[in-house]
Amino acid sequence: MSTTNGTMPVEKIDFSSDQEVRWCPGCGDYSILKQVQTLLEQSGKRKEEVVFISGIGCSSRFPYYMDTYGLHSIHGRAPALVSGLRSVRPELSVWMITGDGDALSIGGNHIIHLLRRNLDVNVLLFNNEIYGLTKGQYSPTSPEGAVTRSTPMGSTDHPFNPLALVKGADGTFIARSMDRDPKHMREILARADAHRGTSLVEIYQNCNVFNDGAFEVFTEKATKPIHTIFVEHGKPLTFANGTRGIKLNGMTPVIVDTYAGGTSLEDLWIHDERDPFKASILVRLFDDPRLEGAMPRPFGVFYVNDRPTHEDKLRAQVQRSKEMKGPGDLDMLLKGEHTWTIQ
Amino acid sequence: MSNTTLKPKPTETRQNVVILFAGDSGDGIQLTGSQFTDTNALFGNDVSTFPNFPAEIRAPQGTLAGVSGYQLHFGSVEIFTPGDQCDVLVVMNAAALKANLSKLKKGGTIIANTDGFDKKNLRLANVAGEIDPLTDGSLTGYALHTVDVTKLTRTALEGTTLGMKEKDRCKNMFVLGFINWMYSRENALTEGFLQKKFGKKPEVLDANMKALSAGYYYGETSETFSTRFEVKPAPMPKGTYRSITGNQGTALGLIAGAQKAKLDLFYGSYPITPASDILHELSRHKNFGVITFQAEDEIAAISSAIGASYGGALGITASSGPGIALKTEAMGLAFMLELPLVVVNVQRGGPSTGLPTRTEQADLWQAVHGRNGEAPIPVIAASTPIDCFEMAFEAVQIALEHMTPVILLTDGYIANGSEPWRFPEAKSLPEIKPPFIPAREQTSSEGFLPYQRDERGVRPWALPGQTGLQHRIGGIEKQDKTGNISYEPMNHELMVRLRGEKVARIADRYKPIRLDSGPPEGELLVVGWGSTYGAIRTAALQLQAEGHSVAHVHIRHLFPFNKGLGPLLKKYKQVLIPEMNSGQLRQLLRAEFLVDAKGLNKIQGMPFTSEEIRTGVLELLSPAPKVSATSV
Repeated sequence: MSTTNGTMPVEKIDFSSDQEVRWCPGCGDYSILKQVQTLLEQSGKRKEEVVFISGIGCSSRFPYYMDTYGLHSIHGRAPALVSGLRSVRPELSVWMITGDGDALSIGGNHIIHLLRRNLDVNVLLFNNEIYGLTKGQYSPTSPEGAVTRSTPMGSTDHPFNPLALVKGADGTFIARSMDRDPKHMREILARADAHRGTSLVEIYQNCNVFNDGAFEVFTEKATKPIHTIFVEHGKPLTFANGTRGIKLNGMTPVIVDTYAGGTSLEDLWIHDERDPFKASILVRLFDDPRLEGAMPRPFGVFYVNDRPTHEDKLRAQVQRSKEMKGPGDLDMLLKGEHTWTIQ
Repeated sequence: MSNTTLKPKPTETRQNVVILFAGDSGDGIQLTGSQFTDTNALFGNDVSTFPNFPAEIRAPQGTLAGVSGYQLHFGSVEIFTPGDQCDVLVVMNAAALKANLSKLKKGGTIIANTDGFDKKNLRLANVAGEIDPLTDGSLTGYALHTVDVTKLTRTALEGTTLGMKEKDRCKNMFVLGFINWMYSRENALTEGFLQKKFGKKPEVLDANMKALSAGYYYGETSETFSTRFEVKPAPMPKGTYRSITGNQGTALGLIAGAQKAKLDLFYGSYPITPASDILHELSRHKNFGVITFQAEDEIAAISSAIGASYGGALGITASSGPGIALKTEAMGLAFMLELPLVVVNVQRGGPSTGLPTRTEQADLWQAVHGRNGEAPIPVIAASTPIDCFEMAFEAVQIALEHMTPVILLTDGYIANGSEPWRFPEAKSLPEIKPPFIPAREQTSSEGFLPYQRDERGVRPWALPGQTGLQHRIGGIEKQDKTGNISYEPMNHELMVRLRGEKVARIADRYKPIRLDSGPPEGELLVVGWGSTYGAIRTAALQLQAEGHSVAHVHIRHLFPFNKGLGPLLKKYKQVLIPEMNSGQLRQLLRAEFLVDAKGLNKIQGMPFTSEEIRTGVLELLSPAPKVSATSV
């Protein structure tokens, strides 16, 4: 096996398990599996120190295909399982695989609490804007009006903007990538893995059976330059092959021309992944690309914050308690504070 | 005490006393009760308590809804229950009297705070015609003592700079001091408690101490009270004791189990009455490698515990009925994964939100049957506050040594009740040995079978991080031995059977079944489980003393049953099962053993009295004793 872009020679340390991969042919999940395996192979991690935990859905079959430790749990609850695991085993590399239904619908309550607590987990949110495993109902990220098997007249639900939700929950690593750009995905995954805290990467993933082409305008050569903007720390926000950029008019982002008498690069919005205010605006670049004058959809690392992880704080308390009271003495515990003796 | 100018009042000896403190939920009743309990326990009495409080934190003052009670049974004899009826009723207001008078024995003593019987309080308590029961002659059948606690407390605290509200908060200490005098107890234990609690607030400390001793001296000097009482120490087995509530017992049993398995303990929990005290207790003992995780909901509480168990810690969660309902799906996952997990259900009145602060045993079917698919999970139950410790320890043993979730049932009655505990030495507790397996030299996991079972049907516990043991597990049906996904029809049937047999074999580890009291065969066997223990034991001993052929067995293992239970049931002509539900154990026993068991069922959110049990037994027995029953 080699990487999809074929540029890097890869030593074959096999992170793939002996299980046959059972996603539909052409599913975007294959690409993500490939990039994760490649990243791990290059990371120097030992297989046994890596754990994949998933919920339920197409994406959640992921752990079976990795020759690491894996736990395929129940619908929406993976954030709670990884929280328990990380609390007791902070030395492990823990990855959580989830989808738009798993993370944002049935598991919505858990994901926000995982994010605010900030346990050190890499969360890969496969967003295909549809329920695939249950055969084609609309999801909490499906656009309003989406015609699906459960919404023949179009969805009446307003969708989540996943990364705005993540920002609202004080996520400490917020990023977006896509299945059709393996190189970008690998870079983002490596960044996510390096971050200490909950790294949430939303990955646009095509479900070619139930929602084919949902992200076509972002992934196809002809439309990608106009509809996407790849943000990099310290660099101005430009797109359309550098011909356009985004400038902040106060709090309002506006599209400007950058060539021949247009706005100079220094006046553009310079991406700062440490700026929580700008990140809040960036996650809001979420226009429907079909609309006239729509903002391009950002990809890349939106925001990074290094606040301490929950497991570090939990374990520090255990440590401090041991220092203050000494390691637990069971006899003292059973005895309690007041005793009396019958002779 | 130092007042020597007064002639000592005569002291009468009592074998056992039931006293009920009742007042507004803001009156500090629970504190008064628990302090008097500790004082008696320390003196050497056997004790049993029953705190009973409203669900509202501060229900409207003076109303019936706001009445908080604390019942204490202490004696120079062995005590098994908080007592059927009280000898002494201490009431702080009219509502407290109205709500509790029916619990007082005929001719019992009432000590009433007159200030709580003014017009306003009478109106709030909905007393008919707002006529003061303390003066209208309606209480002539009782020994009524009225004390203006509020006024006396204020007088005692004259000269302190505290506001009136703060002064009035010391009323409960006045009452406690008085009761201490009345039962020939010293204030010392409570003085120590106050010093610890208010050490940083010298004025509050001073006021409470003053009120406490004022109450004591009031007893000594007041002419209303001519007699004091004495309850001599109980002939308890020699040893060192402490007082323990059921929830404390559960928490300590869980920690002891983790320690004996040399594991960290992870407790995932969501606050719920009456289980939260387990969380509070565990969170104080982090130096034992205890991690407490207050999850976002009940589902996350159990799921995080499963994640911790997957990582090699002892995962535990606890809740009460509504929370357990939410945990159901995750319990099925833990069962399917075959990971250790302890789930404690401190039962309360149901269904739905039900009666949060009242007790019931109505979650037995939920525990035994409440999951999709065939997911048998061992269910065990504690019968007393002390037994909470023992059963929590056993729950850990079963979970870790058999790689399974275990449900431990307790209930609000024993969770909040307390009794003296001759606590064990740590070294007397058995080591717990989970089925860990050693890591391998090879990095490849080839050939490792995560669901290869031992002779007990138990799979190995391979932990993330162990070389060469990488494997994938999940809630999807798995292939025998490999754990890989399998939808193969015969494999599914095999796996359902293997998982079921594994749990059934847990009965092999139980000690032989043992009668609690009574003849090994005879007329009638009372089968109890859980917190009905004290009431049934008291009733059974009494019936035996009266010459009835009645035995009592108390079931700790509700699933799977003890193998000796079936044969035992057949040794008696009749079987009676008292339960605080409509007959859940009865149906399980009937289904399992085809025994025509009868039920004695109380579904009032309140525990059985021993007299109710005794009457129930007598009704089933031959007509002759029935006469004596009606003559009681």
